[in-house]
Amino acid sequence: MPKQDYELTWKDLEIGCVVTEPGSASSYRTGGWRSQRPTYDTSKCIKCGLCALYCPEPCIHPDEEGFYKADLFYCKGCGICAHECPKQVITMVAEEEQ
Amino acid sequence: MSKRVGIEASFAVAEAARLARIDVAAAYPITPQTHIVERLSEIVANGEVDAEFICVESEHSAMSACLGSAATGARTFTATAGQGLELMHEVLYVAASSRLPIVLAVCNRALSGPLNVWGDHSDAMAARDCGWIQVFTVSGQEAFDQVICGFRIGEDPRVLFPVMVHLDGFHVSHVVEPMVLLDQEEVDAFLPPYTYPFPLHPDKPVTMGAFAPPVIYSEARKAQEEALLRTMDTIRGVWDDFGRRFGRHYTPVETYRAEGAEVMLLTMGSFSQTAEIAIDTMRGRGIKAGLIKLRLWRPFPFDDLRNAVNGARVLAVFDRCLSYGGTGGPVCSEIKATLYGSEKRPHIAGFVGGLGGRDVLPQEFEQMVEKALAQADRGQERAYEMIGVRE
Repeated sequence: MPKQDYELTWKDLEIGCVVTEPGSASSYRTGGWRSQRPTYDTSKCIKCGLCALYCPEPCIHPDEEGFYKADLFYCKGCGICAHECPKQVITMVAEEEQ
Repeated sequence: MSKRVGIEASFAVAEAARLARIDVAAAYPITPQTHIVERLSEIVANGEVDAEFICVESEHSAMSACLGSAATGARTFTATAGQGLELMHEVLYVAASSRLPIVLAVCNRALSGPLNVWGDHSDAMAARDCGWIQVFTVSGQEAFDQVICGFRIGEDPRVLFPVMVHLDGFHVSHVVEPMVLLDQEEVDAFLPPYTYPFPLHPDKPVTMGAFAPPVIYSEARKAQEEALLRTMDTIRGVWDDFGRRFGRHYTPVETYRAEGAEVMLLTMGSFSQTAEIAIDTMRGRGIKAGLIKLRLWRPFPFDDLRNAVNGARVLAVFDRCLSYGGTGGPVCSEIKATLYGSEKRPHIAGFVGGLGGRDVLPQEFEQMVEKALAQADRGQERAYEMIGVRE
């Protein structure tokens, strides 16, 4: 198992800090930046997918039932999806709220 | 066989790039570097070297193009001066941290304002901490030799750092002097082809210039610092090999008439030659004076410098740059920091002069030595003194 970021010493770095593993940015949990998370009232959702198109991450994908949901591993909580949703499906709530 | 010719230093630097078989040059003309890129673009246009000359729209673009070029594994050269080096500034740091062995010839020039195109070391000192290997040269011959050595040093798998070769604007860059140029066969034997360990290639994708959050940035900086300090052995090795092959010997610090010296002058760049004249005159008058010529500026040769000072009682340091509101000359600050921990450290007097192309005469170097001696005898401490300024 490769070392985590916080375990790497300066001797572990490649020359020029080159990253030799393609696509390794996908293992970076940008969800840790989030202070608000999206919540969904799926009864109002028309599955238009506009939220997914506007998501700058882009981390919104349809679930098994076709409802668009953010992947909270990556979602930074910007709230653009909630702002753009034509049916007001999405409400941003503070992380500390249940 | 190498031949002795009369040639302008700038043309010799362009010739060195040709002999190094560069693949790419990206440069923007600026006084006093212009003759280097003019000649180099002719060389490329004439097909005398199989290289691409990228006519960029600024120095920022020049260094950015050099980054991309060096990252593919192409041997890359550029040249600039003064404001041009400042415009390259942010990209210089990326070249060093990305460990891309670009060679950059800098015709040292004053910085605006007031606007001044003539020589001093303000540009080099502003780029002091960018992480490059930096070598100061005294003559066109040294500049020619150091460009060729620069590729060999920078591209060494133990090094992989960009190299800045400093030559004083006009005082060196525009002087026609007798030089011994090297033949293509000699350079080919000395300088092997460049192989970068992570060349940009679709078969082996890598990420260059990735961001480093706080969790890893300190480690990245430590790795870069350790790697730069470790280049010292390779720099010495390459210069030794160059000396063995071609008879011109280079060391990080050089001394002139240092034997038994009670007082020493320290200079960097072309004014060292003028200082030698002053040393000769003073020796003739019975003053035990010697000269230290600092060639390798980064990584700084701490041990060599301490050895060169070798128990001298007084040291006069000459800077061609002024750090405003600070301790005066950047070189002098460095020398003081280097010697502070020495048990028997000399009295150090800093002098700033030769700014914006102003000449410094041998008599003025003598005055610096005399003033340094007088200060030491009086136990006087002062940050620095400007030389040759009208009161």
